[in-house]
Amino acid sequence: MEKKHLVLIGNGMAGVRVIEEILKLTPDAFHITIFGNEPYPNYNRIQLSNVLQGKTTVDEIFLNEWEWYRENNITLYTNEAVAKINPQLKTVVSTTGRIVAYDELIIATGSSSFILPVPGTNKQGVTGFRDIQDCENMMEVARTYKKAVVIGGGLLGLEAARGLIDLGMDVHVVHLMPHLMERQLDKTAATMLKEELEAQGMKFLFEKQTSEILGDDRVTGLRFNDGTEIETDLVVMAVGIKPNTQLAIEAGINVNRGIVVNDFMETNTPNVYAVGECAEHREITYGMVAPLYEQGKVLAHRILGLEVAPYEGSVTGTQLKVSDVDLYSAGEIIDDKSTKAIKVHNEFEGIYKKILVRDNRVVGIVLYGDTKDSTKLFRMLVDKEDVSGKTSASILDSGCCGGSQADMSVDSMPDTEIVCGCNGVSKGTIVEAIQTKGLTTVDQVSSCTNAGRSCGRCKGLVGEILAYTLGDSFDATKTNKKTLCGCTTLSRDEVVAEIKEKGMMSTKEVMNVLGWNNEEGCSKCRPALNYYLGMLHPEEYLDERDSRLVNEKMHANIQKDGTYSVVPRMYGGVTNAEDLKKIAEVTEKYDIPLVKLTGGQRIALLGVKKEDLTNVWEDLGMPSGYAYGKTLRTVKTCVGSQFCRYGTQDTMQLGIDLEKKFERLDTPHKFKMGVSGCPRNCAESGIKDMGIVGIDGGFELYVGGNGGTDLRAGDLLCTLKTEQEVMDMISAYIQYYRETANYLERTSTWIERVGLDHVKEVLQDAEVRKELTTKLDRSLTRYNEPWNEALKNQQIREKYYKTEEIPEVLV
Amino acid sequence: MIDMPQTLTKVDVGNYQTLAHQAGKVIRLGEKEIALFKLSTGEVKAVENKSPHPKGGTLADGLVSGSFVYCPLYDWKISLNDGKVQAPDEGQVKTYEVIVEDNRILLLI
Repeated sequence: MEKKHLVLIGNGMAGVRVIEEILKLTPDAFHITIFGNEPYPNYNRIQLSNVLQGKTTVDEIFLNEWEWYRENNITLYTNEAVAKINPQLKTVVSTTGRIVAYDELIIATGSSSFILPVPGTNKQGVTGFRDIQDCENMMEVARTYKKAVVIGGGLLGLEAARGLIDLGMDVHVVHLMPHLMERQLDKTAATMLKEELEAQGMKFLFEKQTSEILGDDRVTGLRFNDGTEIETDLVVMAVGIKPNTQLAIEAGINVNRGIVVNDFMETNTPNVYAVGECAEHREITYGMVAPLYEQGKVLAHRILGLEVAPYEGSVTGTQLKVSDVDLYSAGEIIDDKSTKAIKVHNEFEGIYKKILVRDNRVVGIVLYGDTKDSTKLFRMLVDKEDVSGKTSASILDSGCCGGSQADMSVDSMPDTEIVCGCNGVSKGTIVEAIQTKGLTTVDQVSSCTNAGRSCGRCKGLVGEILAYTLGDSFDATKTNKKTLCGCTTLSRDEVVAEIKEKGMMSTKEVMNVLGWNNEEGCSKCRPALNYYLGMLHPEEYLDERDSRLVNEKMHANIQKDGTYSVVPRMYGGVTNAEDLKKIAEVTEKYDIPLVKLTGGQRIALLGVKKEDLTNVWEDLGMPSGYAYGKTLRTVKTCVGSQFCRYGTQDTMQLGIDLEKKFERLDTPHKFKMGVSGCPRNCAESGIKDMGIVGIDGGFELYVGGNGGTDLRAGDLLCTLKTEQEVMDMISAYIQYYRETANYLERTSTWIERVGLDHVKEVLQDAEVRKELTTKLDRSLTRYNEPWNEALKNQQIREKYYKTEEIPEVLV
Repeated sequence: MIDMPQTLTKVDVGNYQTLAHQAGKVIRLGEKEIALFKLSTGEVKAVENKSPHPKGGTLADGLVSGSFVYCPLYDWKISLNDGKVQAPDEGQVKTYEVIVEDNRILLLI
C-alpha cells in the first residue's frame, strides 16, 4: 500500500514532538515533510534565555540534529515557510513556490512576539525575543551599544533583561503594571523578585505605557504616554506572544485567538490539525512546553488512528530562568474568599511560599527563594489531592529530599523546617529552646521563640514538638541534628541553602559568612564545601585544589609508605596491545614494584614515587582513571553481544560511552557502574551504584547497589528501550544524587534515606529529567584531564609534585 | 668531623616568594625529608615529613588549615607550630625553626 503523506508546518518543539511520537508508535506510517522558516533544525526555544545569559551556546540547544531528519527519512525544508494551505486540493505552497500534497496536515506555526502598536517599531534596534535570530541581534547590539530597554516585566522580559545585563548593558525594564509577573506572582513575591533583580543591577519603570519609539533610522529612546522619555540603544519587546494564525485564517480554518482545535487537536477542516502555541484548546492557548507535549502525544495517536484519551487541558507551572532567583508558580495566584492560604514569609532568608487551598485541594502555588517542593506541590495540585488530613507544615515542606513521606510526623520533620510561618521559626530553633531553657509549655515556647504568637495556627504543632522533645525520644532528638562538622552548628542542608541564597563562591567566604569556629575549616568541611560549591555553581565556581584531600589533590592514591598508585583510564575495561606494552615499559623504566588488576577491571601500578608521578603519566600518555576520586570510578562491562552467545546488548560499547560521558564528574562519593548483557550479570550490575542489565529489546537499570561496606543489592529503577534513554535516565539519576546526597554519602545509604519510590517519582517526570540532565551537562563542562594538565602546567608540577634536593651548604 | 650537637646551621632551602600557599613542599636534605608549609598568613613552617602515627606515612600532601596539617593517611590533626598531635590522638612530629631573610627561606638544622 502506498504510504500516506504527512506534512508539518513549523519545525519547532511542538510539531517535531508530534513527529517523534508518531515515529515511536509506528515508524513507517507516513512519508513526512517538514517546513521550517528558520535556518536551523529543531531547537530548544526555552533555552534561548540561557544562550543570551551566556550559560549555553546555540549549538548546544539543538534538540534534533540534521542526522535525525535523515535517519528517519524526513524531508526537511528550512528557511522556507509555507505561504498557503489549500484544503480543497489538500496541498500546501511554500514561499519558494514548492507545492506539496498532503493526506494529513499539522499546523505548528507557534507564535511571535507581540509588537506594540506604537509608531517607530520598525526602527533598527527594536526586536522581539522569540528565536535564535533575535538572540543574535541582541548579542550583536550589546557589542557596540550600552543602553537597553525591555518592554514587559513578565517571564520573557525579565529573562531577556538579565541576559542583556550579562552582556554588559545598562538595562531598564518598563512595565505597564505596578508589579512584576503579575500573572504568576502575588505582590509579596513580586516585590522580593524586584529587590533581588535590582541587586543584580536591573532597573525598573512601573506603570509606564509606551507611546512612541524615538529615533531616525535607529532607536534612540522611548516616550511614554505621561510625556516622560528614556534614552536607549535597544528596545526588546517582551509584552506577550500572539499565535501565528494567518495561514489558517486564509485557508478558512476556524481561528479565534489561536487555531481552534477539539480534544484531539483536530481543526474544523478535515485532515488538518494544529498543535502547540498556535492552537487554541477550550479557549486557552498555551506557551509552556509541558502542555504542548501532552497535546503532541494525543495528536500522534489520533493521526495514526490509535485509541487515546482526549486532551482535556493542562495546568502549567512557571519557573523563571534567571541566575540566583528561585521562583516557581502554578495555578491560581491571588487569594479570594473561597481560598485559604498557607503562607510562609521568611524575610531574613528571603523565602516566601504561598499555597492556595480551596475545598481541601491545592489550587495555587507561589514559591520564592526555595522551590524544592515545587514538584510535590504541583503534583498535589494536578492530582487534586485531598489535603484535609495534612498539617500545613507537611504540605509546605518536604525537607531536602524526604518528599516521599506522605505525612510528615514531628519525628521525621527536618530541623530546618519552618513551624511558625508568621515569625519564621524552625523546628530546630524550638527544639533547641526547649532543651536549653527547660521549657515545658506551649506558651513558654511562644514567649521564648515567638512561635505561635501571631496567628496561632501552629500552636498545635508546637505542642507536638514539645511532647516529642520531652518524651522518651528526647535523647534521639538531641543528637538528631547532624552538623556538617565540628567547625559549625549548621547542618548540611542549612549550609547548602545559605550557599545558594547568598551566592557564595569560595570555601573561605562560606566559613567567614557563616561564622565557622575554625577560620580555615577542617578536613571534613573543606572537601564537602568544595563539592557543594562546585555542584551549585558549576560554571562560576573555581575548584579549590587545596580543599581536596590527598588523593584528589594529587590525582593518585597515596599508599601507606607515602608512595602512590597510578591507574590509567581503560574505558569499559577494554584495552589493547599498544597500551599494555606502554604499561609494561613504564613499569620497568620506573622500577614500579607491583602491577595488579583491580576489582573495577583496570590495571594499577603501585608504589610509584611521588617525584616520578608526572613522568609516569607522560610516558603512559593515557588519561587518569580517577581510581582515587569521589567521582565515576569505573564502568565494568561484560563481553556482551560482540562475542558472547548469551549477550543481548553491546555492553562494552555502552560501558565505554557511559564512562566517556560521566568521567571526572564530582559526585558526593565514589560512583561505580556495571553493564551486563544478560541476567547472568558478569559485570556484577546488581551491586553497583548504577547497574545496567541488558535484556531482549531493552535495559534494566538497578540502583543503590553496593559490594563494599554497605553490602546491598541494587533496586530496579526502571526498564528502558534505547541506549539514549539509558543515558538520559542515568544523567538525571546522577544529578539528583549529586544535588540531594550528603557529601560522602554513597548511593546505597542515600537511596535508603530518601526512598526508592521518591526517586522513581522524581525521575518519572520528563520535564524534571530534562532539567536534571541539562544541569548535569553543564557540570560536565567543568573538567580537564588532570594528568595532562599537570604536564602542561609548570605551577602545578612545582607546587604538588616536585621534591627539592638541597645540597648541605652553609649560609 | 667534630660532633657539635648544640650548634645549629642555617640551610637555605629556597625562594620565599615562589613557595606556594597551603601545600606542603618536600625538601630532601641528605637522608632527611622535611615538609615546608606556607600558611595563609605568609608564615613558613617546617616539620619532618613523617607522620607520628605508628603506621607512619608522610605529611606533605595533607590538608592545611590555619597552622595545622591533617595527616593524609590517618587524618590526625597536627600543629605546625610545635608538632603536637591534637587530641584525642597523641604524638609529636619534629619541627624546625624557619627564618625568612631577603626572600630566602632558611632552616635551622
